[in-house]
Amino acid sequence: MTSLSDGFHNGYALEFRATTYRLPSGTPLISGLNLQIACGETLILLGRSGSGKTTTLKLINRLLEPTEGEIIITGRPSASWDPIQLRRGIGYVIQDAGLFPHWTVERNVGLVPTLERWPEEKIQARVKEMLSLVGLPPEEFAKRRPSALSGGQRQRVGVARALAADPPILLMDEPFAALDPITRSDLQREFRALAQRLQKTIVFVTHDVREALFLGTRIALLDQGRLVGVYAPADFLKATEPEVQAFAASLESGAAHGGAQ
Amino acid sequence: MNWYEFFLRNRGEVFERSLEHLGLVAVSMAISLAIGLPLGVALVRRAGLQRWVVGAANVVQTIPSLALFGFLIPVPWIGGVGASTAIVALALYALLPILRNTCTGIAEVDPSVIESARGMGMTPRQVLWQVQLPLAAPVLLAGIRVATATCIGVTTIAAAIGAGGLGVFIFRGLAMVNNQVILAGAIPAACLAIAADSGLGYLQRSIARR
Repeated sequence: MTSLSDGFHNGYALEFRATTYRLPSGTPLISGLNLQIACGETLILLGRSGSGKTTTLKLINRLLEPTEGEIIITGRPSASWDPIQLRRGIGYVIQDAGLFPHWTVERNVGLVPTLERWPEEKIQARVKEMLSLVGLPPEEFAKRRPSALSGGQRQRVGVARALAADPPILLMDEPFAALDPITRSDLQREFRALAQRLQKTIVFVTHDVREALFLGTRIALLDQGRLVGVYAPADFLKATEPEVQAFAASLESGAAHGGAQ
Repeated sequence: MNWYEFFLRNRGEVFERSLEHLGLVAVSMAISLAIGLPLGVALVRRAGLQRWVVGAANVVQTIPSLALFGFLIPVPWIGGVGASTAIVALALYALLPILRNTCTGIAEVDPSVIESARGMGMTPRQVLWQVQLPLAAPVLLAGIRVATATCIGVTTIAAAIGAGGLGVFIFRGLAMVNNQVILAGAIPAACLAIAADSGLGYLQRSIARR
């Protein structure tokens, strides 16, 4: 069986080619998106609510299908992948973690390995490894229910679950947005270190420009379904586009109010 | 002679009728579940159709039970006098709460949980069996609980079309103008309903606690 990790690479893990997604009513949520994402980078999709960030993310793991254009995933059009197999090779973390409340932490983390029918001992070992990786001692947390965790711990479990089957690509949809500022900056710092160590290709959605600047190797700014530009963090605040300026201004006013970082 | 003496003197028949009563309830509930659960699951993503089907089940619910039993007697195949007609009517009565709670129970599962289940690569079948149904279980069970209690009550009327059960005493008592005989049927029926309700209630709470 082909998996994402042995697909051939032309340097890009993901490539959007003139991708458009419309609602059945005809309203475009993403229009003519062209974007290349290199292997091992952390690409931030930055934009206001309704700019099409989440839509872009869902087009990658085929929770949505493009109306026009295509998405190339490790050299193959996404439409040629079996959606189930594709998703098991792409980690996915969403805002409220989406943990299964009726499963223990350990079962949640072992989800994809279980779906992939790994042997039981291997799953157990992997779950322990993943929980330690995200800073949750397995002996303390493995048997808990998600309801017995704090918001930050739940997000850690969400990250552990997404990484469990060692997917080459990780999609994150505002994973830290609902956390309190202190927990958020802790998780951002740890996540940056983790991303550097694991060398995954990460697509990270956020509306928080501070988070974008801190975590991204590049920042793609979306506005009303269109790509405004792709910037290195160092160049972002110097860019002259009015959409960038608006975000830069939000950064200043946030700092004036004593923002999170 | 008070109802208790009558009850003791006829305890053999009361016991037999109770078993008969439970048998009618069990068969009707089994049929209703076999239809209601899959139908409810199938209707989750079809809001328009769901309104119609739940509406139809609602209409059935409003037909007085005695009339429904009567209506079914002339219907070929399922009709006639006796237990089979009664079972059809009882199953129809139990359908609404089962159907409605299956639909709402599944619809109320946190969308972010479903989204992450799909996004992690679960097949639609795995999402249904491992996520939606277990999380909908308390609501589902609440529907089964209501349906069972209703069914036990309505089954007493099934005696009117010769289906047997504890209603036999009630109708006999009515004919004899003897309250004691009525009570000998009504009290065991009420006890059955209370027992079933609290048993299922216990099950429901222990599932919700998991």
